[in-house]
Amino acid sequence: MTPRILSLVTVFALSAAYPAAAQPAAPVPAPAAPGGLEVDQGGLTGSVSDESDWQDLGIAITTFATDANVPTQTNAGSTAALGRALSQVVADDLRNNGLFKPSGPAGLPQPAFGEVQAPNYPVWSVRSTDMLVQGYVRASGNGQLTVGCYLYDVALKQQLAKGGWQVGPSDWRRAAHKCADMVYSRLSGESPFFDSKIAYIAETGPKDRRMKRLAIMDSDGANHRYLTSGQATALTPRYSPDYSKILYLSYLNGQPSIYAYDLATNTQKLIARTGNPTIAPRWSPDGRWVLYSMATGGRTDIYRVSSAGGGTPQRLTNGPGINIGGSYSPDGSQIVFESDRSGSQQIYLMNADGSNQRRISFFGGRSATPEWSPRGDQIAFTHIAGNLRIAVMSPNGSGMRYLTNSWQDEAPTWSPNGRIVQFFRTEKNSGIASIWQVDLTGRNERKLPTPVGASDPAWGPVRP
Amino acid sequence: MSNLLPTLHFSKTGSTMLLFAGALAVSACASKAPKELPPEPGPATTTQTQPSDLGPVAGSQADFAARMTGADTIYFDTDKYDIDATDQAALAKQAQWLMQYSNKRATIEGHCDERGTREYNLALGERRANAAKNYLVSLGIDASRVTTISYGKERPVALGSDEQAWAQNRRAVTVTID
Repeated sequence: MTPRILSLVTVFALSAAYPAAAQPAAPVPAPAAPGGLEVDQGGLTGSVSDESDWQDLGIAITTFATDANVPTQTNAGSTAALGRALSQVVADDLRNNGLFKPSGPAGLPQPAFGEVQAPNYPVWSVRSTDMLVQGYVRASGNGQLTVGCYLYDVALKQQLAKGGWQVGPSDWRRAAHKCADMVYSRLSGESPFFDSKIAYIAETGPKDRRMKRLAIMDSDGANHRYLTSGQATALTPRYSPDYSKILYLSYLNGQPSIYAYDLATNTQKLIARTGNPTIAPRWSPDGRWVLYSMATGGRTDIYRVSSAGGGTPQRLTNGPGINIGGSYSPDGSQIVFESDRSGSQQIYLMNADGSNQRRISFFGGRSATPEWSPRGDQIAFTHIAGNLRIAVMSPNGSGMRYLTNSWQDEAPTWSPNGRIVQFFRTEKNSGIASIWQVDLTGRNERKLPTPVGASDPAWGPVRP
Repeated sequence: MSNLLPTLHFSKTGSTMLLFAGALAVSACASKAPKELPPEPGPATTTQTQPSDLGPVAGSQADFAARMTGADTIYFDTDKYDIDATDQAALAKQAQWLMQYSNKRATIEGHCDERGTREYNLALGERRANAAKNYLVSLGIDASRVTTISYGKERPVALGSDEQAWAQNRRAVTVTID
């Protein structure tokens, strides 16, 4: 499950070979799917919403066709079943992020394999479809799968974008996320984010004896996996920029300490041997540095150490009080962090070498857990004034505004494109935690599906 | 005629005299500890019941917990870590026991209520445990005998989400090592 082993090959030459070449051929065998003959259930393919103009766009996501319905090594079944599953993942991605309200794949006509590159435009014009997504899946003899994805403007009768990917059987969902990313990027002008992963803490058990385990999942909650047993409490994970490691806090040897968990070898090592508790791990954007905070004699300071190991940790803050966290600007030149040197938790900026420390949060209450957007234009944080709420501000401290309004929301993490913030929400009394996300408008708040309680989400970058 | 004399208060008990060595701030906040509820033992404070009728083995953690009658735990105000008069009395009692059993070591567990962010609370819990440790050291306990650990807001003893529960959870618990 490491990026090195994955072979997600972009196949841009696909149009020369498939399915265009198959186009003149006889119609492909009808899918064996029960849904194959679904009746059209409505006139319009899009949904109307008063939320935003984007949602007025009628996007139809159709079942991906296949040239031959053959068994696959995926957990989705044959290529025909896989075609349905792929299009469902694409539709769910686009629907769940809140920008679009796509229709399909259920209830829509199913394009034949030969139609994938030559849409039957009149059919879609009649249905008032604005944008049409078609695709196909083909199985190779070696178990590899080729997935093609096409976006058409129905009114213009024009292809807007196309993509092709070769994936192994266990990675078929990535091809669907790549397709959704392509459609999202082409229509919104934003950077992609669906093909990404999230590290988090899985929580089970009663409030006073809660088990906290390191876990990972895809951006849509699929491919969930536990990484630690729960014997030692795990907290605050952070994916490395290349997804090879996860920094996290563990009580493994009694004292809370930061470990780097290697996903290729399933081994971990202490990031620094200090004899003191280390907390709040963070990566630099290039993955070369690790920030951690260390408590000594009641005070806490932020340190920087090489992620390769070795070298003397460099202290970046020098009290007073608690200085903790630290999130790099995308260019790595600055660090935003949290300090109570003024008497309560507030947000500060400093240069990456620790110089020029200055407070930027001046709006009452306490401000904590700052996270710099990958776009660089915003800082997300937890604002505490009675309740805990997620808020954003610009890096100079201006333009503070809330994204959530609940009893206890904390610890924001950015989507790779800086448009969505995930965080965790704690229920009053039960203390049950769950991961939520909200977009930068403060709208489209939704809970992520996790098998058990969940906290401390850490969203990784888009995968190559 | 010496000006020094009136300021010297000699006490019968050593521990009370040692209180003067405590240089930490004294809070004016009076009733922050939940008096109506007996403090619960921390998670690691497994009280060992002895088979004999003589009570816990002298010098054991069970003995410590029994002798402290609640004074093994001190409480803090929101976001605070200062040692107030109530805390000083409790820590003096702990110090007395630790002096009696001078070969025993102890861990102080620092905790916070749930109404703060997770990472800050880990640092705040450490700060509270450290404040308690410093006070014990000021009373003459060797620093090498006392370690600290913070659980932040991860291990509440009171499970509600109200002021009373939060007051019980903002605490430092001393656990001796058998």
